[in-house]
Amino acid sequence: MPQITRLQELVYELKISEVMTKDVVTVGPETSMAELQEILRERRISGAPVFADGELLGMISIEDLIKALAAGEMDNAVGDKMAPDPVSLRSADPVVLAVDRFSQYGFGRFPVVDDDGKLVGILTQGDITRGLLKKLEVEYHEEEVRRYRASHIFEDVVSDRTSIFLQYDVVARDFDRAGETASKIKRALTRLGFSPQIVRRAAIAAYEAEMNIIIHADQGGEMVVDVQPEQIIMRAVDTGPGIPDIERAMQPGFSTAPEWIREMGFGAGMGLANIQRCTDEMRLESPLGTRTFLEAVIFLDEGLR
Amino acid sequence: MTLEELCHHLPLEVQAGPARLGTEVTGGYASDLLSCVMAQAQEGQVWVTLQSHPNIVAVASLVNLAGIIITEGMKPDAATIEKAEEQGVPILTTELTTFTVVGRLFELGVRGVDDTSA
Repeated sequence: MPQITRLQELVYELKISEVMTKDVVTVGPETSMAELQEILRERRISGAPVFADGELLGMISIEDLIKALAAGEMDNAVGDKMAPDPVSLRSADPVVLAVDRFSQYGFGRFPVVDDDGKLVGILTQGDITRGLLKKLEVEYHEEEVRRYRASHIFEDVVSDRTSIFLQYDVVARDFDRAGETASKIKRALTRLGFSPQIVRRAAIAAYEAEMNIIIHADQGGEMVVDVQPEQIIMRAVDTGPGIPDIERAMQPGFSTAPEWIREMGFGAGMGLANIQRCTDEMRLESPLGTRTFLEAVIFLDEGLR
Repeated sequence: MTLEELCHHLPLEVQAGPARLGTEVTGGYASDLLSCVMAQAQEGQVWVTLQSHPNIVAVASLVNLAGIIITEGMKPDAATIEKAEEQGVPILTTELTTFTVVGRLFELGVRGVDDTSA
């Protein structure tokens, strides 16, 4: 199955009201075709809704004008030559609906009405193309600006020591949201312009630290990522119950997780080993067996950018 | 080989992420222990497991896996599917056991990262 392009998404996201022409030129049914010709020429438009007493009667277009010209009927009224009972679009509908209507009816333009049926604009296929291009251009520009800021932040900011602190609260036993903190950290580091390898190592370490808090810390805990120009320091702190035998806890496969947690595939006893493997330095403290403090560092030799 | 092609060769049912089935599968990994997956599975691999809770999506997304195959008729719950759609992680299910799925994948040329025989 092909990937959906941004353009296809936009067609669903954008509302007709965002791309339509709002300054609508309307004509009355008694207007002559000769007068219409002047209006179309002056306003540089190719058609107009025909209005009388606040009611939409039909649509008149340059095609109708050419036919009238050929038939020598330029003195006839617009009301006689228009396409009556016009199909209108609703301003709140997505652009994709308009695209469908254009291919369904083959019309050059549609009047656009609001929820109360009041005329609020007119839409041509040109309006759609322009609207999409404008939106893409804005998004591209925003992305450019964002990327620039993120990857150059450490060069732009001058200080003796620069740190970006990311702080996250981790809720105990919340398995439904498990991994969300690690996902946020991964996204943040990607946005800051780190290489995929660095991001992967940090994400794995963050995931394991997060899971340890979720599985073991009764009151939950906090994770802090301290991003510096030459290293990423991750700290995970909780208030207990602590680790009685750190050396043993570090051994791959050693786990104190209860059975119901292991059945879900957590608590394999690999977490701390994984953190150690993915980081350059790791420090684990559990003073008096009450709380746990974990610090892991990833050095950034050529990691940034 | 893409996930979509795997669907033609194996009895797989798409549960989430149909838009990402064109993803190229670079290899395979099988385990029910999430930490092992975090440690071993490589970007672009397909992960075979019988875990079906929402956290498998977080794991797959964190290490950029191509997709997840859940075996033995286990079905992901609504929360798992919702998360998978949100993060663009394809989830496929099958009645086959993990052993059989891995065997079939191997026959199709999908290899593990530590396999040097091929």
